[in-house]
Amino acid sequence: METQIKTTKLIKAMKPLTSAMSKMKTMIVATGLIATSISFGASAELGYPEKEELKFGFIKLTDMAPIAVAYENGYFEDEGLYVTIEAQANWKVLLDGVIDGRLDGAHMLAGQPIAATIGYGTKAEIITPFSMDLNGNAITVSNEIWEQMKPNIPKMADGRPVHPIKADALKPVVEKYIDAGKPFNMGMVFPVSTHNYELRYWLAAGGIHPGFYAPHKGDTSGKIDAQALLSVTPPPQMPSTLEAGTIYGYCVGEPWNQQAVFKGIGVPVVTDYEIWKDNPEKVFGITKEFSEKYPNTTIRLTRALIRAAMWLDENNNANRPAAVKILSQSNYVGADYEVIANSMTGTFEYEKGDKRAVPDFNVFFRYNATYPYYSDAIWYLTQMRRWGQISEQKSDAWYADVAKKVYRPDIYMAAVKSLIADKLVPASEFSSLKGEDGYRSPQTHFIDNIVYDGTKPNEYIDKFDIGLKAKDKL
Amino acid sequence: MASLIARLITRKNESVIKAQLPPFIVNFFKAVTLPSIGILIFLLFWTVGANNIDTSLGKFPGPSQVMTQVGNLFNEHVESREKEAAFYERQENRNQARLAKDPMYKPKTRAYTGKETFIDQIITSLITVLSGFVVAAIVAIPLGIAIGLSKSLNTAINPIIQIFKPVSPLAWLPLVTMVVSAVYTSTDPMFAKSFIVSMITVTLCCIWPMVINTSVGVASLNSDWVNVSKVLRLSAFTHIQKIVLPASVPAIFTGMRLSLGIAWMVLIAAEMLAQNPGLGKFVWDEFQNGSSESLSRIMTAVIVIGLIGFLLDRTMMQLQRILSWDKNSEVR
Repeated sequence: METQIKTTKLIKAMKPLTSAMSKMKTMIVATGLIATSISFGASAELGYPEKEELKFGFIKLTDMAPIAVAYENGYFEDEGLYVTIEAQANWKVLLDGVIDGRLDGAHMLAGQPIAATIGYGTKAEIITPFSMDLNGNAITVSNEIWEQMKPNIPKMADGRPVHPIKADALKPVVEKYIDAGKPFNMGMVFPVSTHNYELRYWLAAGGIHPGFYAPHKGDTSGKIDAQALLSVTPPPQMPSTLEAGTIYGYCVGEPWNQQAVFKGIGVPVVTDYEIWKDNPEKVFGITKEFSEKYPNTTIRLTRALIRAAMWLDENNNANRPAAVKILSQSNYVGADYEVIANSMTGTFEYEKGDKRAVPDFNVFFRYNATYPYYSDAIWYLTQMRRWGQISEQKSDAWYADVAKKVYRPDIYMAAVKSLIADKLVPASEFSSLKGEDGYRSPQTHFIDNIVYDGTKPNEYIDKFDIGLKAKDKL
Repeated sequence: MASLIARLITRKNESVIKAQLPPFIVNFFKAVTLPSIGILIFLLFWTVGANNIDTSLGKFPGPSQVMTQVGNLFNEHVESREKEAAFYERQENRNQARLAKDPMYKPKTRAYTGKETFIDQIITSLITVLSGFVVAAIVAIPLGIAIGLSKSLNTAINPIIQIFKPVSPLAWLPLVTMVVSAVYTSTDPMFAKSFIVSMITVTLCCIWPMVINTSVGVASLNSDWVNVSKVLRLSAFTHIQKIVLPASVPAIFTGMRLSLGIAWMVLIAAEMLAQNPGLGKFVWDEFQNGSSESLSRIMTAVIVIGLIGFLLDRTMMQLQRILSWDKNSEVR
């Protein structure tokens, strides 16, 4: 009995010690980071990776390109990392894989690490040291819906529709379906996906209500008050689900919009570039535990990904055809070369034959695409609040805190600095990141012309006509 | 053509041919020509049918597309092996370089990280199905013998068997997956989790036909033989070894063949569902890719799956022939 008490006492006494030790560990890591960032000399050389065999997951989408390129061009091997890349069935399987350690890291939806950290869906601490790309999604509707939308869209002199097409053109169609008692179903890829928020943004900007979530009441289907009913379909299955008539339209990444054009089953109406110019899209997600346990590995994999992203955008997209060739291999995206090339090489085909130049449809490196901006994370949080996934009001400071927890520009910058020190990349490529505070300057270029300032999330949420206001609670 | 075939297959003509031709030619004709004609007609129908089916991924693949894909898949395999060799060479060099800098480093050889080729997937599936099958046999045959010998044991266990027998092993799959990931947690596992999951699924579907057939075989033992055993006062073990086992070999093998056939079908479905490596994953990945070649690659896989299933069945049949005491009994 006495000994028992003693042990418990001992454990209690140890507690502050262990916590002090773990603090010290983080301090050591932090000083390590500072050391790499300050000195460019050989003294702060990055150590060997602690874990050499890694397994990364991805979903068959063209924006997984940095991972495939880092593998095929040997950037991972240059870092001493032996990486296996594995396609995952859907975003849920992928996220669970990273959480339970089956995967070391993965190509993720920007909303996934954020939602996991705040505990919407599966709770887990996931961080991202690397943002994978900008733009790259589109909204496609079935031929039947397109025919009904077309009369509502103004035409250019040559008869082609004026872009960007707003959801105003879709509104009468949706109303017609509702009047006829038919639910207007649309597909997106995951409840916290970029696609869900983009589709909702586009619909709401055109006056169509996409529905609220109410997780505190156990409602996670997101259909409260909805005019358009959104449901989850894995990206590669979008075209076949549309073809089967289960949904009338969807929002997804490439090549699944161009696939619809090639198959002649649907028409992409708007790209996310037009909804929000240069919006942040996928990120590379790892667990916080992984980054703490294997700091060198984390920096090294970030280095490989940065080099891959640079290669993808080099010389004005000169390497894109080679990248498309890699992606069309059956173990990566596996769609036909032509289908992937359609969007990856600076063009986008809307209606069959209506191919337009969208040079920035897929951005992997330009405009600091790879830097994990806090303001990007906060935008996703504002949308989660707008649609009720975050059920109550949060302070501006809370938004900033969550963003700091998930987005890790410190790791990114450590990788950049060591790359520059190793002369693997020219310093000039990263000159615009000097003194970066992690917040993009207030962003215009939204389809509804509402300005987004990452430092004032609550003010931003109040600007929307459709959606919860900062103080609302369902 | 049709009338020729009609004439060939009518009994009357057969006897005419028999009368005129030496018997080995007739046998050859039966064994080779008739199946060839069957296959040719099938290929004809397939080609014509394939040309008339348009999918959103292009025309349905015919025999010629499948042949092209067989070539492609084999070339991919060869290429992948070359890549693998290069991978090991690069790794070796990197290890040497690091060893030069850091003499304390113990170089390790990491397994190749490239994708599995079609041939790799075939091998994976075969290993999985055979291991699951063997595990099932180890459990099911002794259990079947016990149930066959003891009426009371049979009455006790039968309801459980009858309830679990009609359950598709795919329904077990989620449970198996969760249990395996919870229980099988070694840091350096000998087998991959995905392999264990697929294997257990196969085992689950193999057990029931084997148990039932074995027990039926044992229960319907010729009473004369049982009496012989009683007269000779054979011990229980010798009774099983000398009387029960040899007598029930045909029944046991019927069960084994049945279950191997089912196992092969189920494994492909399980691999598709759980994304576990193997032919099923190959089919699913190709379906997800949705490229213009996907359908012909899937069709190739379908034919390969069929051929392997056929070969597995034939192998079991040969085994049965070898092991059966009654060499005269007909095995089909």
